[in-house]
Amino acid sequence: MAAAGPSVFLLMVSGQVESAQFPEYDDLYCKYCFVYGHDWAPTAGLEEGISQITSKSRDVPHALVWNFPIDVTFKSTNPFGWPQIVLSVYGPDVFGNDVVRGYGAVHVPLSPGRHKRTIPMFVPESTSKLQKFTSWFMGRRPEYTDPKVVAQGEGREVTRVRSQGFVTLLFNVVTKDMRKLGYDTGPSDSQGVLGPSPPQGLPP
Amino acid sequence: MDPKEEKVKIITEEFVENDEDADVGRKNTSKTQRQKRKKQLRTAGPKEMVSGKPHGGSQQGPAQEDPDPDTHLLSMPAQRGPRSLPPLPSASRTGFAEFSMRERMREKLKAARSKAESALLQEIPTPRPRRLRSPSEKELETEFGAEPGRETKRTAQDIDSQSYSRVKFRDCVRKVKSKPPPPPGFPSAEEAYNFFTFTFDPEPEELEEKPKAKPREGANQEEAEGEEEEPPVQGDEEELLNGRDAEDFLLGLDHGAEDFVAMRPAYYESVHVQLQKEREFLFTPSRLTVPTSKKLPENMQPRFLEDEGLYIGTRPEVPRAMQNIMENRLLVQEPDRRWFGDDGRILALPNPIRPSPSRPPALTQEQDIHAELETLYKKAVRYVQRTQHMIGSGDLPENFQLDIDISGLIFTHHPCFSREHVLAAKLAQLYDQYLARSQRNKAQFLADKLQALRNAVQMGLDPEKSHKSVDITPKTINEYKSEIRETRKLRDAEQETDRTLLKTIIKVWKEMKSLREFQRFTNTPLKLVLRKEKVDQKADEEAYEAEIQTEISELLEEHSEEYEQKMEEYRTGYQQWKAWKKAQRAKKKKKKQAAEEHHDEEAEEPPPGEGPVKPIPPEPIQQAVLEQEVRERAARSRRRPGEPMLVPELSLAGNVTPNDQCPRAEVLRREDVKRRSVYLKVIFNDKEVSRTEGRPLGADFRVHFGQIFSLQIVNWPESLTLQVYETVGHSGTTLLAEVFLPIPETTVVTGRAPIEEVEFSSNQHVALDHEGVGSGVPLSFEADGSNQLILMTSGKVSHSVSWAIGENGIPLIPPLSQQNTGFRSILKRADAISSIGTSGLTDMKKLAMWAAESKLDPNDPSNAPLMQLISVATSGKSYVPEFFRLEQLQREFDFVSDEELNRAKRFRLLCLRSQEVPEFRNYKPIPAYDREIMDKVFQDYEKRLRDRNVIETKDHIDSHRAVVAKYLQQVRESVLNRFLVAKHHFLLTDLVVEEEVPNISILGLSLFKLAEQKRPLRPRRKGRKKVTAQNLSNGDIKLLVNIIRAYDIPVRRPTTSKFQQPSRSSRTFRERHTASPTTHSPTHSADSPLGQVLVRPFVEVSFQRTICHTTTAEGPNPSWNEELELPFRAPNGDYSTTSLQSVKDDVFINIFDEVLFDVLEDDRERGSGIHTRIERHWLGCVKIPFSTIYCQARIDGTFKIDIPPVLLGYSKERSVLAERGFEPVRSLSEGSYITLFVTIEPQLVPGESVREKFDSQEDEKLLQATEKFHAECAFKFPNRQCLTTVIDISGKTVFVTRYLKPLNPPQELLNAYPNNPQATAELVARYVSLIPFLPDAVSFAGVCDLWSTSDQFLDLLAGDEEEHAVLLCNYFLSLGKKAWLVMGNAIPEGPTAYVLTREQSHYLIWNPCSGHFYGQFDTFCPLKSVGCLIGPDNIWFNIQRYDSPLRINFDVTKPKLWKSFFSRSLPYPGLSSVQPEELVYQRTDKAAAAELQDRIEKILKEKVMDWRPRHLTRWNRYCTSTLRHFLPLLESSRGEEVEEDHRAELLRQLGDYRFSGFPLHMPYSELKPLIEAVYSTGVHNIDVPNVEFALAVYIHPYPKNVLSVWIYVASLIRNR
Repeated sequence: MAAAGPSVFLLMVSGQVESAQFPEYDDLYCKYCFVYGHDWAPTAGLEEGISQITSKSRDVPHALVWNFPIDVTFKSTNPFGWPQIVLSVYGPDVFGNDVVRGYGAVHVPLSPGRHKRTIPMFVPESTSKLQKFTSWFMGRRPEYTDPKVVAQGEGREVTRVRSQGFVTLLFNVVTKDMRKLGYDTGPSDSQGVLGPSPPQGLPP
Repeated sequence: MDPKEEKVKIITEEFVENDEDADVGRKNTSKTQRQKRKKQLRTAGPKEMVSGKPHGGSQQGPAQEDPDPDTHLLSMPAQRGPRSLPPLPSASRTGFAEFSMRERMREKLKAARSKAESALLQEIPTPRPRRLRSPSEKELETEFGAEPGRETKRTAQDIDSQSYSRVKFRDCVRKVKSKPPPPPGFPSAEEAYNFFTFTFDPEPEELEEKPKAKPREGANQEEAEGEEEEPPVQGDEEELLNGRDAEDFLLGLDHGAEDFVAMRPAYYESVHVQLQKEREFLFTPSRLTVPTSKKLPENMQPRFLEDEGLYIGTRPEVPRAMQNIMENRLLVQEPDRRWFGDDGRILALPNPIRPSPSRPPALTQEQDIHAELETLYKKAVRYVQRTQHMIGSGDLPENFQLDIDISGLIFTHHPCFSREHVLAAKLAQLYDQYLARSQRNKAQFLADKLQALRNAVQMGLDPEKSHKSVDITPKTINEYKSEIRETRKLRDAEQETDRTLLKTIIKVWKEMKSLREFQRFTNTPLKLVLRKEKVDQKADEEAYEAEIQTEISELLEEHSEEYEQKMEEYRTGYQQWKAWKKAQRAKKKKKKQAAEEHHDEEAEEPPPGEGPVKPIPPEPIQQAVLEQEVRERAARSRRRPGEPMLVPELSLAGNVTPNDQCPRAEVLRREDVKRRSVYLKVIFNDKEVSRTEGRPLGADFRVHFGQIFSLQIVNWPESLTLQVYETVGHSGTTLLAEVFLPIPETTVVTGRAPIEEVEFSSNQHVALDHEGVGSGVPLSFEADGSNQLILMTSGKVSHSVSWAIGENGIPLIPPLSQQNTGFRSILKRADAISSIGTSGLTDMKKLAMWAAESKLDPNDPSNAPLMQLISVATSGKSYVPEFFRLEQLQREFDFVSDEELNRAKRFRLLCLRSQEVPEFRNYKPIPAYDREIMDKVFQDYEKRLRDRNVIETKDHIDSHRAVVAKYLQQVRESVLNRFLVAKHHFLLTDLVVEEEVPNISILGLSLFKLAEQKRPLRPRRKGRKKVTAQNLSNGDIKLLVNIIRAYDIPVRRPTTSKFQQPSRSSRTFRERHTASPTTHSPTHSADSPLGQVLVRPFVEVSFQRTICHTTTAEGPNPSWNEELELPFRAPNGDYSTTSLQSVKDDVFINIFDEVLFDVLEDDRERGSGIHTRIERHWLGCVKIPFSTIYCQARIDGTFKIDIPPVLLGYSKERSVLAERGFEPVRSLSEGSYITLFVTIEPQLVPGESVREKFDSQEDEKLLQATEKFHAECAFKFPNRQCLTTVIDISGKTVFVTRYLKPLNPPQELLNAYPNNPQATAELVARYVSLIPFLPDAVSFAGVCDLWSTSDQFLDLLAGDEEEHAVLLCNYFLSLGKKAWLVMGNAIPEGPTAYVLTREQSHYLIWNPCSGHFYGQFDTFCPLKSVGCLIGPDNIWFNIQRYDSPLRINFDVTKPKLWKSFFSRSLPYPGLSSVQPEELVYQRTDKAAAAELQDRIEKILKEKVMDWRPRHLTRWNRYCTSTLRHFLPLLESSRGEEVEEDHRAELLRQLGDYRFSGFPLHMPYSELKPLIEAVYSTGVHNIDVPNVEFALAVYIHPYPKNVLSVWIYVASLIRNR
């Protein structure tokens, strides 16, 4: 069987949660976790993490820098359920309660290489004005039952959200044996391998 | 306002006075005066303005009285006093300084000026005179009489008064004026300066004595001047004071004014009057709502479009009051109601304001945004029209080209046509027609055909001649003859048409000639030449005559035939008539006898309308007449013999008269024609692609374009249109017409395409004022205007459309697949057959049939392709596909065939997993290759599929149970499938955690909380965090069991009891040690003095074969207080809610007695060693299903220990006796109890039932009432269970009382205790409890609670509390008891259903699952709270303060305690029950039960041996048989009061064995629970070497296959 080639492919993601733009908030920390399909399994590294609390920088962009590293390796037999990173950002509100400041998710880039992703973040909205007030007052804003909800499409139609800010992520993606299993994920993977020309659409 | 009004009054007075002196037309003079008296007026004007107001009333009187102006001059100062403002304008001084001088001048000028100005006055608008007369003018009048100076003053005053308010130049002038005034009588310096620098007209005019007529503008300029000079008037008072003289003069003037001005009190209008007036002028719309009827036309109902289902947008938000105001206003202002819509509201567009801004928020940090907002360059992509045919592959040339050659345009009619042109066009048209006809020469063709037919007939008639054509039959001859007739008619018609055409041509040409002569010029170069072709007269005549003769003969023949036929008809008709006549006559005769006098008339004329008319015999045909006819026709349609053949030839050789010889109208027309130009637009697929140059219209109305447009196209064209535009001069362009060009066939390529002409016409109406006849206007060539004809602009475009040819000679035509309309032409290219075949006639055979029937002429060239088609079709050579393919491209996309796809194991696995098939729900990972997937993966699944309908009896010993199990499985599956969709239906609460909508109390509480201490002194327990089950794995979940204490554990009997005489060596260790007080627990020590044997109980908890046990405590009321932790493993590692809910495992909490045996063989060793063996004796157990724990999250309470009815060696008597005195409550229910606390760590979120609204057959009103009832109950007591509707097994909502109905218990049970109702009730309860318990949560994992009816329940032999309770309640009802279903909370079940019965004086609470009953005041009653009671006809909700059965009153008749569902307001509608009329019970087959009994016994014995792998298991047969005999006794007594007998019996039989064992009793459902129960007793754990076992099984069958299983397990140790 070994002669026939690999039976799984590997996806290594390293990178970091670089910074965030939350114009109105300060002293935030973020959590990340991965959501992936049935056939995926993490083989090494941390699947979830929680960052330090960061304060706004004093220079103009007022970025909130975490530089929180991500390093995880997955193995899979099937690209279905490609891992998504789910970010949730928390921070204190006026009364000092820890409330959620944003949820966001993005797929790990499919093609190997260095990728920068900026994810817009959002939070669920209260169902009524009154609840909005009380949730603000009591420091118990609406939250997702599970942050992983934002990585799935099912059931989202019942929620309303408001966008909050942006988080910038940096991914370095390395794949192994993808092509051997018949999956072509991008131009850099196709080097030296015979096959159809690299997909267009990217400016040279 | 007031001064003005006053002024008006004064003016009227003045008019009266003026009449005296100014006789010469007041207006005229006053105007003249105006010019002169400017300066004086200026003086008086402001004064009047200021003073007039306060003194108006008082001054008027004296002024009028006083005739002498001088007195006024004197009295002036006195009157000046009260004045608030000195009214002396400085300008007045100037006026007077110049006055004398001017006066002189004026004298001279007056005459001349008045004359000149009189003319001007006419133009002065009406307000002018009013202004002219101001009160100050009057002064002058009085002062100077009618002297000329007065006029000057008046003019000035007028201007002043006008310009009073204008203060434009005030500032600058004031500066100048502030200088000391010059001596009186002379103009001041600045005045002089002004005088000369300002260029006002009137002043110079006055000064320099220019008595010119002043134009109207002069007056205006005076006003301007007044503006300039006036301001100082107001500003400088001291100046005025200085100029004493002037002031005096002015004062005098003032006096005069006051004298004549009527002085009155200040004018005041009361507020009411004012309001009154305002009300007349102002309209204030009401704020009240307008009734809808006012807004709508009469007798119209408002119509609400929204209700009709039409969409109307949201109206903009306007306050109601504003709307009302607007509506009221509209109603008054625009009474036609056009502002109101059908619904009676003001028409309004939908609110255009979006709720949210669509512009993205401006972000400040540009650098960071760049990444997302950066625009990428993308190469432009050619747009391919998608609506139609996409181009397939790319190997075709991408651009196709259509060449459109527009060569020219000819107008057949144009508005600019002259009459001659009209005729010429007509002529040309006729000539074209003639040419076309002559080319076709149809007449000749028909003549030839006729000839051929005649020959054929001739041959047919002479058989000897037609030797070769034997097939000509009389029938064919007849056909030929009829055809001849037809052809002849056609030929005649053709010939006639030809001839008429020729005649018309000649006629038109003649008309044209006469027109040319008449108008004496020629417009068109058209010329018709008639060429005569000489014919041989003789031959011609002969031919003519011969033709006529043949025709006559033919006709004769036909007519004779016809005559024959008619004669025949006549004869038959005549016969009939005769017969009828005869009959008539016979009748008449009879009549005649009756009335003889009327004989004659009646005989002569039969009643009209009756009977057949006497037929007229047909006239024989006369040859002469016929000949005459034929000749006439020939003369009409044919060229006369000898007449030359006329061939018209049209040429353009004529000369057109040049312009200079034409009349004017014609020249105009020609010029108009020259101004016109025409161009064409090429419209391709409704889009303009190009246009020709504009070409001037020629005199011959031909336009030559000669342009070729090459259209580069991508798709098959849909339409091709030319639009003809006409431009007249530079004025404008009009669209004359659209010409639709056919899209060329694919064979038409450039170079081969013929030039074609397409006609067009326009419907525009043009009437021209020159010789042109116009379009769409009547036109007549007759002198009297009769015979009008209306001509429309029309013409022809000559063009050719073709496909271009590419470089390599390939036509640039879009491919076949693109054409939908054009696919016909493609086939045409393939062969000629399909060109017709696809034009709608697809059925060739039908076509052939039609062709044969219609007798198509096969020789007609126009039929040629059709005939060819038919010949081919009938020969069967053509290929028409017989199938129709919907997605013809589908196969292109199938990368692998379906079979191959189905074979792919990986694909199958993926499909199954995504369908959530249980076996594969969490299968992971799916291997990357097919070859890595083992076939056995599918084995289970396939087996299950295969076995779906096969009942397997391996697991189920009883075949009936197997069927039931299968059925249950199927119900479960179907229900699960039904709710699979609902499971994926999310609510907000599933996704978002949000605080509840706060009400005021919560809000207040939370506000209060803010002030709360951070660390209160008495901390409250906080709820644990719940964990959603999905992200858990093995080992994460633990089951925590807290064993707190137990009560009334059975204690050992003293070994010195009657039946056992223990040897010394086998004395229990305990017994020895009880003597030593150090080891004694307090209880123990309390017991020990009485010499009682104690018990050392410990608790063992087993769950999923994991066993934990507590330490050993002592005494019958031990207290452990220990927490045991057991790991939990979900099946298949699936921690989803559904999977957890379907865990069927039970938690067994077993209580053992630890017995220590001294096994020391020799007493002598006692001092040196301890040699004991520990034995544990099972005392009882508590079984809690895991699903209960999972759903309840925690279980906390005291449970009754299930103690076997016979526990050899143990007794409870002692403790019961001992404690009865202290705890009378407990004595009510005998038994042992254990206090437990069980929970899961971490707390799991229990699954929720599906929130789907089920369909129902209940009345809608009832359902609404239930909802209302629910809401009311939940509002009052949110925690109490309220049940009104339940879901039946088919998934429908059913009202719960329908389940309750008296149902007969098995007769067998009733017969058992005929005289003891209580015993019967207990027996029935026992029967019900013997039906196995299967919680719905397990069977319908995560779905809902389904209620089955009692018969379904008995058939299924499984159900949960509700079914048991319903059945029990129904039995009780049938026994005549008062029974209710109690919905409430119990331990350990949680929300459950019990049955409440009312005995004579008290209430009993029945646990339907165990068959036990409790008194209302039993503390150990597991029912802890009561939510509602359900009877057969009502539901009562508990609205008492407490819900514990101990503290509530069960009297449902008290409305203060119980809220009933059906009440007076909603009476019970008499709902029919869903239960069957009667339950039918089959007697259970005893033989089958016995067989089952044997099999179970065998299996259990095997199991016990399996559990003891290291030891030999010996079975004591004798003991087994003894036990087997004993078990039926237990069944009959239901485990009571047999212990003593049994003990004695055993003792007798097994005297020398130490016996430890007990009977287990349970309802039979499956084998597995039995095995589990036996295992949990731990009997097999005894590893004493010489142990023997006994196991007996007894099954007692109850009706309806309800089986009661007794298992007696025992271990025996032979006493030595």
